[in-house]
Amino acid sequence: MAGAAVLALVVVAALRRRVRATAPGRRFFRHPTAGLGLFVLAFFVTIAIAAPVVAPYPPHYQIDIAHPDRPPSAQFLLGTDPFSRDVWSRLVYGARVSLGIGAVAMLVAATIGTAVGAVAGYFRRWVDTTLMRLVDVGLAMPRIFVLLMAVALWEHIALWALVLLIGLTGWFGTSRLVRAEVLSLREREFVAAARALGAGAGRVIFRHVLPNAAAPIIVSGALGIGNMMLLEAGLSFLGLGVPSPAPSWGNMIADGWHKMAVAWWSSTFPGLAISLVVMALNAVGDALRDALDPRKEAA
Amino acid sequence: MTEPLLRVRDLKTYFVTEHGSGTARAVDGVSFEVQPGETLGLVGESGCGKTVTSLSILRLIPEPPGHIRPGSFIEFEGRNLLTLEPRELRAIRGNQIAMIFQEPMTSLNPVFTVGDQIAEAAIVHQRLSRRAARTRAIEMLRLVGIPDPQERVDHYPHQMSGGMRQRVMIAMALVCHPKLLIADEPTTALDVTIQAQILELLDRLQADLGMAVMLITHDLGVVAGSADRVVVMYAGQVVEQAPTPALFARPLHPYTEGLLASVPRLDAPPAREHGRLHGIPGQVPAATAWPDGCRFHPRCPYAWDRCRAEAPPLLDAGGGGEPGTHTVRCWLLTDPRRRTPHP
Repeated sequence: MAGAAVLALVVVAALRRRVRATAPGRRFFRHPTAGLGLFVLAFFVTIAIAAPVVAPYPPHYQIDIAHPDRPPSAQFLLGTDPFSRDVWSRLVYGARVSLGIGAVAMLVAATIGTAVGAVAGYFRRWVDTTLMRLVDVGLAMPRIFVLLMAVALWEHIALWALVLLIGLTGWFGTSRLVRAEVLSLREREFVAAARALGAGAGRVIFRHVLPNAAAPIIVSGALGIGNMMLLEAGLSFLGLGVPSPAPSWGNMIADGWHKMAVAWWSSTFPGLAISLVVMALNAVGDALRDALDPRKEAA
Repeated sequence: MTEPLLRVRDLKTYFVTEHGSGTARAVDGVSFEVQPGETLGLVGESGCGKTVTSLSILRLIPEPPGHIRPGSFIEFEGRNLLTLEPRELRAIRGNQIAMIFQEPMTSLNPVFTVGDQIAEAAIVHQRLSRRAARTRAIEMLRLVGIPDPQERVDHYPHQMSGGMRQRVMIAMALVCHPKLLIADEPTTALDVTIQAQILELLDRLQADLGMAVMLITHDLGVVAGSADRVVVMYAGQVVEQAPTPALFARPLHPYTEGLLASVPRLDAPPAREHGRLHGIPGQVPAATAWPDGCRFHPRCPYAWDRCRAEAPPLLDAGGGGEPGTHTVRCWLLTDPRRRTPHP
């Protein structure tokens, strides 16, 4: 654990030194919580990647089923849960699942959202109208219930299908954002210049419009991962997300919560992990927004 | 006369305004021709329809709200550009007809190197490999007189000055050796000294590559130096059309006369109006409501009843050469004695 923390610190320090030279880099680290957020993320990503090294026990290993709920100690860093599994080890492996689901789902959402937004904003007219009405419908649907229904329909849903579902219901906001960005970019002179050069719609969208819209997409992506993770945690807590015994932070809370009064640690630590990561993502997203905003260039 | 490279006949480009309050007749029946290898100056104030004319030729008018009216005709090397499929059109854009824009500051994509952008047309039209396109981009940078092209090719637009960016725009436009270059106010955003350099560059490249240039400007000084023939536009119409020397020696339309009088000159003392620079009173009217009769009559010092009631056609002014060499849209041609301003 200490090793991972040190590594995370080193990563943040190196990054800071590297980007200090550029104006956006300075703006990023001027944010009071940006460095801290980055550290938290680096820490959790490190333990997720190095899980077998960091975790003292396998995630499903039941240490002594006769004596569950042991409090945190030197042997069991964060205690053991009602099934006598080491909470720290499960937290480490759970980081893989929770962070992975958040990142992949956001990637799916950002890809679809960007594509839909770009097409709607660039072609306008009936294409725009049709797609945006679709997005209105999507935004009006209560997402958690759609997911609950889908999960209920397919009993024992596979992990990849869950990720896909979370992603598929999460692109509406991104598409609105990208559309707005494209609407303003398509009127810029360099877009007219590209068309005068003989570039087709695809080329104009992918080479000239979207790269200029990258900053807001990245920011909304960073902020969106947190949302995706919360959604996964919620579903898993309800027992409809990642199926036990595979550890995810959501189902870890579920495993321990009925013993909250006598063994607070098995629910509290995964809960803390979720809160920390989501706050870190928000801090980094905010700092990125400031760093990538070209209007700040003059300041 | 040889077969013209570009022939525009009765071009009408209208814009439907918001809330259905009217139709802006931005270009309203414009006809002219561009011969291979010549420089045609297209002159007029802002709002006369110069830019819309040039965008119509490449069919870059945003639709909606704009549309080119049926009956318009734009022929390039014998093909009607208005009936081409999008694919055929793209094959012409940037390849046969290229365009450079007014604002070198905003016409380059800020997130790509200038080399990438120059290479783009070559990659699109000639399917060059990335490496060949890069070599080509360096060649083009050298051609337009940018020092250290090997280094500059990897620079971003924000690392360059306005004059350099305009050179890059020219390099982008010329990469495929187009037969016609449309230059929409290529020097307006630049310093005077840089303007002269850019115009010289265009002249030299035109001679080297043998292309025709359509030079759009509101600066008659630019036209005098570069153009072989001049088309003067006012309120969406051609009002006068003549070889450059004839136009400057004998401007016949009162609007042309006014434009010429408002150019500051070093060689002739400003005689009129107590040494003050002359200006044409008033502004170009809104394109949604052109005046009845002659569209220039509210600003014309010679206007009489006929001008208010009847729109003049393009009349032949003779003056040597074939008919149609010098044409003017003004009733004064039928009644030259009226060429004395009202008190």
